[in-house]
Amino acid sequence: MNLKHYPLQAGLYDELISSQGRGRPGLGELSKFLRGASEASLNEKKAAAELAIKTLGISFTVYSDGENIDRQWPFDIIPRLIQQAEWQKVEMGLKQRLKALNLFINDIYNDREIIKDGIIPHEIIASSKDYRPECEGIQPKFGTWAHICGSDLIRDRDGSLYVLEDNLRVPSGVSYMLENRNISKRIMPELLERHQVLPVDDYPSQLFETLCSLSPRNIKRPEVVLLTPGTFNSAYFEHAFLAQRMGIELVQGSDLIVDNDDCVYMKTVAGLEKVDVIYRRIDDQYLDPEAFRADSLLGVPGLLRAWRAGHVALANAPGAGVADDKVVYTYVPSMIRYYLNETPLLPNVPSYLCSDPEHRSFVLDHLRDLVVKPANESGGYGMYIGPRETERFTQKIRQQIVKNPRNYMAQPIISLSTVPTWIGDKLEPRHVDLRPFILQGSQSFVTAGGLTRVALIKGSLVVNSSQGGGSKDTWIVSKGSSQDKTDAV
Amino acid sequence: MLSSVAERLYWLGRYLERTENTARLMSVYSNLLLDLPKHAFRWESLVEITGFVSAFEQRFSAATERNVVKFLFDDPSCSLRATTNYARENARTTRDLLPNEVWEKMNELHLLLESDISQRVNRSQRHEFLASIIDLCLELNGYLAGSMSRKSPYYFLKLGRNVERADMTTRVIDVACLNLIGRNKEQDAIANILWMGVLQSLNAYQMYRQQVQDRISGVAVVDFLLGDTDFPRSVGYCLADMASSIKHLPHHSPALRAAQRVKRRALNASADALLVSEQLHEFIDGIQEDLSVVHNKICQIWFSS
Repeated sequence: MNLKHYPLQAGLYDELISSQGRGRPGLGELSKFLRGASEASLNEKKAAAELAIKTLGISFTVYSDGENIDRQWPFDIIPRLIQQAEWQKVEMGLKQRLKALNLFINDIYNDREIIKDGIIPHEIIASSKDYRPECEGIQPKFGTWAHICGSDLIRDRDGSLYVLEDNLRVPSGVSYMLENRNISKRIMPELLERHQVLPVDDYPSQLFETLCSLSPRNIKRPEVVLLTPGTFNSAYFEHAFLAQRMGIELVQGSDLIVDNDDCVYMKTVAGLEKVDVIYRRIDDQYLDPEAFRADSLLGVPGLLRAWRAGHVALANAPGAGVADDKVVYTYVPSMIRYYLNETPLLPNVPSYLCSDPEHRSFVLDHLRDLVVKPANESGGYGMYIGPRETERFTQKIRQQIVKNPRNYMAQPIISLSTVPTWIGDKLEPRHVDLRPFILQGSQSFVTAGGLTRVALIKGSLVVNSSQGGGSKDTWIVSKGSSQDKTDAV
Repeated sequence: MLSSVAERLYWLGRYLERTENTARLMSVYSNLLLDLPKHAFRWESLVEITGFVSAFEQRFSAATERNVVKFLFDDPSCSLRATTNYARENARTTRDLLPNEVWEKMNELHLLLESDISQRVNRSQRHEFLASIIDLCLELNGYLAGSMSRKSPYYFLKLGRNVERADMTTRVIDVACLNLIGRNKEQDAIANILWMGVLQSLNAYQMYRQQVQDRISGVAVVDFLLGDTDFPRSVGYCLADMASSIKHLPHHSPALRAAQRVKRRALNASADALLVSEQLHEFIDGIQEDLSVVHNKICQIWFSS
């Protein structure tokens, strides 16, 4: 394969190829491999990957036209490489960020120092859709509310990484990160061998330890369960996968009850058994029909009561979503300075808050050059991408911003970096982002890399699997090649 | 262990077993056909054994070979494809307790049955197709038996398998007797081959031969399939195995009593006497009712909390 024909695009940053088919320093092994690979051999690998995905049953569920469709997980065979030296900094930055976010959530539900000190305006909290008054005055163990966080990182044209958003409610995707590595091991063992790639398999045990550390009872083997909304949820595959890897029970709301003693029990073949920690993959609103949405059939009546009484730990804690609001996001660098007295190690994407009159008028004047996001949507829904939308949608978004400024924030269009991707019979650049997962209990942990999502459609920036995105295995590689390994033996 | 999960594992055991049994039944009957004169073989029998006669009649007017095979391949409620789907769905929702390979094999089985099966209806391809289904089921059982700790999840799977197995054996006996008993002398030669088919459809031919060492007779076959204490598909053996699984589970007394009752009935049965008094059919009906009592007890104690 001649990499000189790789269609680099002017003004975009490609993570592997710098110019004229040259590989970026430190990532030479992959470009060398691609140069040596034939079209047929890559197609063979692609077919092998598809077969592996089928037999491994790696799927995700899309809800469309009132039907649930189980789709094969879309996977691109060419891995995305990141150098370990860069990754170490990212890792520190992510831990710093989650620490500050947790201090913030704990502060907001308790003393509200950050508001009293004028760092964050009170209105931002008062109007947040994910603020839960029911959580006021609670101090979870270690002061941690968001134990599992998935932050989205993007690389801009200057080659540096930015945090696009933090997902603190029920972030998903980690099982696909693990399965992607499994597929790579099956189809590209020779390429993996040529690199020193940090392993990712550690995640389930790290997650399990984090969850165990949250147990209110000080016992050797606390009862930890994963609460899923059920088989129709789009992330059910992941729920089952994680429960299996951690060896914990996968439960649905109907398997649990809260008894008169305000403790949570699960219904087992031997009778009721006490539950200590719930890794819940159900949104706040559906968690407890007694406290939140009364029509929820997914939750457990009384769960919030048990949590407030300190009889059960919930991960993530209810109300943690207050900090993954896209408007609150813009204050994260200030939080890091305020709570930790540190300089933020990972930059935010520059953002304009529509609630701020100056920012708002800038946004309204430059709508066509910006991306406008609703404050509380996930999955890329409701996003307005300036240069592409119709005049009609532009007018509509303008009216909505004027009417409800708190609900919107805007960012400049970031030209997401590209990575070579096997499309048809050719290598083509496609845009990617990265979702690492960060854990915080008694200690912090960051996955080695994360889930790389790739927009498979040419020129598209939308990487969500529900909207035509795919994924790649992410390799954190260290300088020493495997050549050194064999020499050392 | 969660009650809801116990229930799904029990059904996983049942549907896996049903898939294997149906495939073997089809495979054996397809072979048998080659040894028999055309009129001696009724394809309806296969539909009768599965118990879905009315579903079949709604879809097809005649019980031709092609129709019956097609029905058992792809009917939405009772075919190989359907039972595999049910099994996979139960495996999907209990994945956290199963060995990894089970999920992979389950997907292989599912993909095999989701593939275009129109060609597989033809005799030339049918055998190989059914053989690979049976192989996959056996591989699945191998993984389960070889890598699951002997704790509640395993016992629920095994319970499901044995309930289904005992049920299938009684059905095969029942249909065989309806077809084979009361024939006249000239058909005796054919009867012999058909009884052999009955044994083969339960993988029992060799073990019967070793145990009985006599010319194949209806009475001996029925005795063997009901009351042999060592053959893993005899009704008596399945019930004994169920009783021993049940003993490992909490609060088991009512279920154990029910299982032991059927076991005694099966082991004490005398085919000769039942055939003479023409009560075999009623007797089998009774055993099936007793089996459903055991099933109900299992549901009541462990699943409905």
